[in-house]
Amino acid sequence: MKTAVVIAALAVALLLQSTIAGMSFAAGSRVNLVLVAVIYAALAYGAVTGMLAGCAAGLVQDAVAGGIVGIGGLSKTVVGFFVGVLGAQFIVSTPVPRFLMFFGASLVHELCFQALYALVESRSMRLQLSTILIQALVNGAVGIAAFMLVERGPEMVQRGNWRRSSTVRRRY
Amino acid sequence: MQGPPTRRPSGSQRFRTPDPGSRIAMLDIRRRTGVLLLVIIVAQLILISAQVQTKTGVPVFQAVTFGTFARVQGGTSGVFRSVGNVWGNYVWLRGVRAENEELKRQVTDLSVRLQEQRALAQRATRLQELLSLQTSTSLPTLSAEVIAGNPNPGMLTITIGRGSADGVQTDMAVVAAAGIVGRIIGAPAAHASRVQLLIDRNAAAGAYTERAHAGGMVIGVDHDPPLAMDLVSNMADIKPGDAVLASGVDGIYPKGFSIGRIESSERGSGLYRAITVRPSVDFSSLEEVLVVLVPSKSAVPEDSVPAPAATVGKGR
Repeated sequence: MKTAVVIAALAVALLLQSTIAGMSFAAGSRVNLVLVAVIYAALAYGAVTGMLAGCAAGLVQDAVAGGIVGIGGLSKTVVGFFVGVLGAQFIVSTPVPRFLMFFGASLVHELCFQALYALVESRSMRLQLSTILIQALVNGAVGIAAFMLVERGPEMVQRGNWRRSSTVRRRY
Repeated sequence: MQGPPTRRPSGSQRFRTPDPGSRIAMLDIRRRTGVLLLVIIVAQLILISAQVQTKTGVPVFQAVTFGTFARVQGGTSGVFRSVGNVWGNYVWLRGVRAENEELKRQVTDLSVRLQEQRALAQRATRLQELLSLQTSTSLPTLSAEVIAGNPNPGMLTITIGRGSADGVQTDMAVVAAAGIVGRIIGAPAAHASRVQLLIDRNAAAGAYTERAHAGGMVIGVDHDPPLAMDLVSNMADIKPGDAVLASGVDGIYPKGFSIGRIESSERGSGLYRAITVRPSVDFSSLEEVLVVLVPSKSAVPEDSVPAPAATVGKGR
């Protein structure tokens, strides 16, 4: 079940990311939904799951993107692992730590990604700090939203149903 | 998500061997996070390397793999080469040992051959000198090889490989290229004869000094130099270095053959000088000699140098 959920989440994230990027290049560069899914899996299921999810998602993303297959996978593997480890060590059940986790993990991922590309292409790192920071912030926000959606979604749906039914009773 | 519920083992279960399920769990790679991370990272690094090319156009994966493998190959071949060298050296050393033995044997053989060749060369030189002597003198001579030394320390004699079958007779003179050697003593055998050396204390020969023509008799003595010249008047002019030649008055040694050189000459207490003579022949290295095939004469030749005061005999 867990594996299926993670795979489904990654697939959805990948589809959404490619869709967003297809609609707006700028919007696509400001969020990394696949990374968000990986961090989410790591926080929710632990280091191993995060690592495996990062590896799989990164490889697929690399393959789809057309770059060097493995760089994104390696970056996301590292990020997934360490987020999973940190998530097990600290309490990240509230929005702020989760946001910080998403934010920091996004920064680390971008640093790893750029560093690996620079290493492979034998060039210096070209970091656009503003873009990275924006992406990290957006990733954090999306991550928090995802957690809230997963954790409170059913409750909200239940509440909505209850309200709807109470309104109908009041009418009658 | 919660993991599977854990159950604390009871006291008896604590000391049991782990069940197969736990072994499988131990083998589950997911339980070994670090190993899994390492494997994934390495795999992806390999994947990245396979796609990236170096400046020379060779993929990094290929270059790294080739480089690493080359190092491993180098190490392996180095180990094998070392083992091979050790083995080769061992085998080589064994071969060297045998070769060393063979070479030592060859060196010994060659040393013997060299000595033989050197001896042959020396012998050829001596024979050449003897031949020149033989051709230069009008006397009939017969070359002879020294085949034995003297078995009796008290007697200075040698044995030559010529005998009566070759015309050798008693009292025939024996000479070498350097001078007089001695005379045949005793009855010669068919192919061997005994020669009394001139330095034997029982030997004597009529002699004279070349410069002053002072006559006398050369005799063998027991000290160095092994010859002395006796019966030379104190009045005679004898100086060290004067050549002493055979006078022929003894009827054995041919006149004019060299005997030696005066080494010391002193005025004697009586009528005669005390003279020592260094022989011209090296008696220690006699190998070939000539036998003068002239029978001894009892009479003193007329053209001989002035006879010494004493009677010159065939022996003392």
